[in-house]
Amino acid sequence: MIDALVDLKRDFPILSRQINGHRLVYLDSAATSQKPQTVIDAEIDFYTRHNANVLRSVHTLAEEATTLYADARQTVARFIHARHAEEVVFTRGTTESLNLVARGWGDKFLTAGDEIVVSPMEHHSNLIPWQQVALRTGAQLKFIELTPDGQITRQAAEEAIGPHTRVVALSAISNVLGTINPISDIAAMAHAVGAVMVVDGAQSVPHQPTDVTTLGADFLAFSGHKMCGPTGIGVLWGKLSLLEACDPVIFGGEMIAFVDRDHATWAEVPEKFEGGTPNIAGAVGLAAAIRYLEGVGMDRIYQHSIRLGEEAFRRLSRIEGVQVYGPSHPRSGLVAFNIDHVHPHDVAQVFDAQGVAIRAGHHCAQPLMQWLGVGSTARASFYFYNTDEDLDALGDAILETKRYFRR
Amino acid sequence: MNLDDMYRDTILDHNQNPRNRGHLDHATKTVGMLNPTCGDQIELELLIVDDKVADIRFAGQGCSISMASASMMTEAVKGKTVEEALALARDFKGFLTGTQPVHELGDLEALQGVSQFPSRVKCATLAHNALEKALTHDDQG
Repeated sequence: MIDALVDLKRDFPILSRQINGHRLVYLDSAATSQKPQTVIDAEIDFYTRHNANVLRSVHTLAEEATTLYADARQTVARFIHARHAEEVVFTRGTTESLNLVARGWGDKFLTAGDEIVVSPMEHHSNLIPWQQVALRTGAQLKFIELTPDGQITRQAAEEAIGPHTRVVALSAISNVLGTINPISDIAAMAHAVGAVMVVDGAQSVPHQPTDVTTLGADFLAFSGHKMCGPTGIGVLWGKLSLLEACDPVIFGGEMIAFVDRDHATWAEVPEKFEGGTPNIAGAVGLAAAIRYLEGVGMDRIYQHSIRLGEEAFRRLSRIEGVQVYGPSHPRSGLVAFNIDHVHPHDVAQVFDAQGVAIRAGHHCAQPLMQWLGVGSTARASFYFYNTDEDLDALGDAILETKRYFRR
Repeated sequence: MNLDDMYRDTILDHNQNPRNRGHLDHATKTVGMLNPTCGDQIELELLIVDDKVADIRFAGQGCSISMASASMMTEAVKGKTVEEALALARDFKGFLTGTQPVHELGDLEALQGVSQFPSRVKCATLAHNALEKALTHDDQG
């Protein structure tokens, strides 16, 4: 069953590389996914045939580039079921998207006494922007406490969300624990107290069908590069009325309506957030990635992710001297682990010698490392191009690492 | 790439049986240092008497390379003058980045294989950076 998508490996030229004399086993897709040929071709085609700046000139290339950029926005909107393409703001990635909400919405509407609810499993990009807003506005950060296996219960969310809550900012899927958070339930709690629901979708949008009309989010941030797209392009989706209420945070070209010596007024959403020349080729590449993912099918990708994640958790849990973090079920397609008495960097080095690429470190989630009581972990993360054979390679690499450091 | 070039027996030995790990009762210099990219951290405590490193301890957590390097460094600098200890830290860093020939580095020479792995050089030099910081800042207390 797990090998159902095995043929898709052929679409990714990099996956045929040999690393240190071994077949590349790429288990670091939570950091960045690999790119299929069709995405690489889309960027090449843009620069080869259509390159021009957007929203400015009237020559043919500019019209083509502007149309491709607008089409890319439409493609993203369709992919996440946004009601209006204008609700899709192109950014550099999840980090910039979340900073945009924190600055553009948070600075404007939060005041002393307001509460911002987050969780200990947040990636730094969904924590530090809120810490900074809190410092600037006098608002307070509150944390939803986790169960011992790293989940958020309804009760824990209810304890953290209260009458002073103005923002709930939560990752849909943890990049370390693999936890799939009950976003719709928590969004309902947030909305019941009049708070805005901000969702970090960096790990969820690449792996599961996303429908912003049912998700419950008011803002959703995600990155192109984790979903087969290029680096440097990402999305902030927001409800139109909320985006209109936000202040822009990047000022300059392309984001204005009228400027005189002392004043300026802003363009409409989304242009008012996209000051400067955008990553046009990146947006075109992201649209190609989305068409590719739609061809594979997001439901299939989701089932495959869960199967790989849960199977990896099961297998690693059975290996003596290996600690695995997060829930057993349901879990997304990644597994963070430690091998007793071997530092994660040393683990990753021995893996690399066998062609197996994993991440080691704090995964930009230091408060979560503190909660787990570890300095860092190793992490294997999967995508739909990973197979049962890759899971075997993961298990073998762990055994080899244990053997190597026991000598 | 050969793993054994990096993980020589001397390194694994220092990692598993670290020398001078712990704390000093009467340290005259204490310094902490972080490797923010990977979260490794080290605390160095030194007892400087008559401009010499009379005693030294390290604590912290990190990969085998950073901890073994710290252990080797403490052995190498004990009894040396401050000037000699600083020279050793600089020589070692030059040795790993290939900008200096090998001097008498003792066990530390076992870390030569790390120079093939640029991402790990910062692990190997963490303790030496901490040593430099401790010996060149007067107000570390």
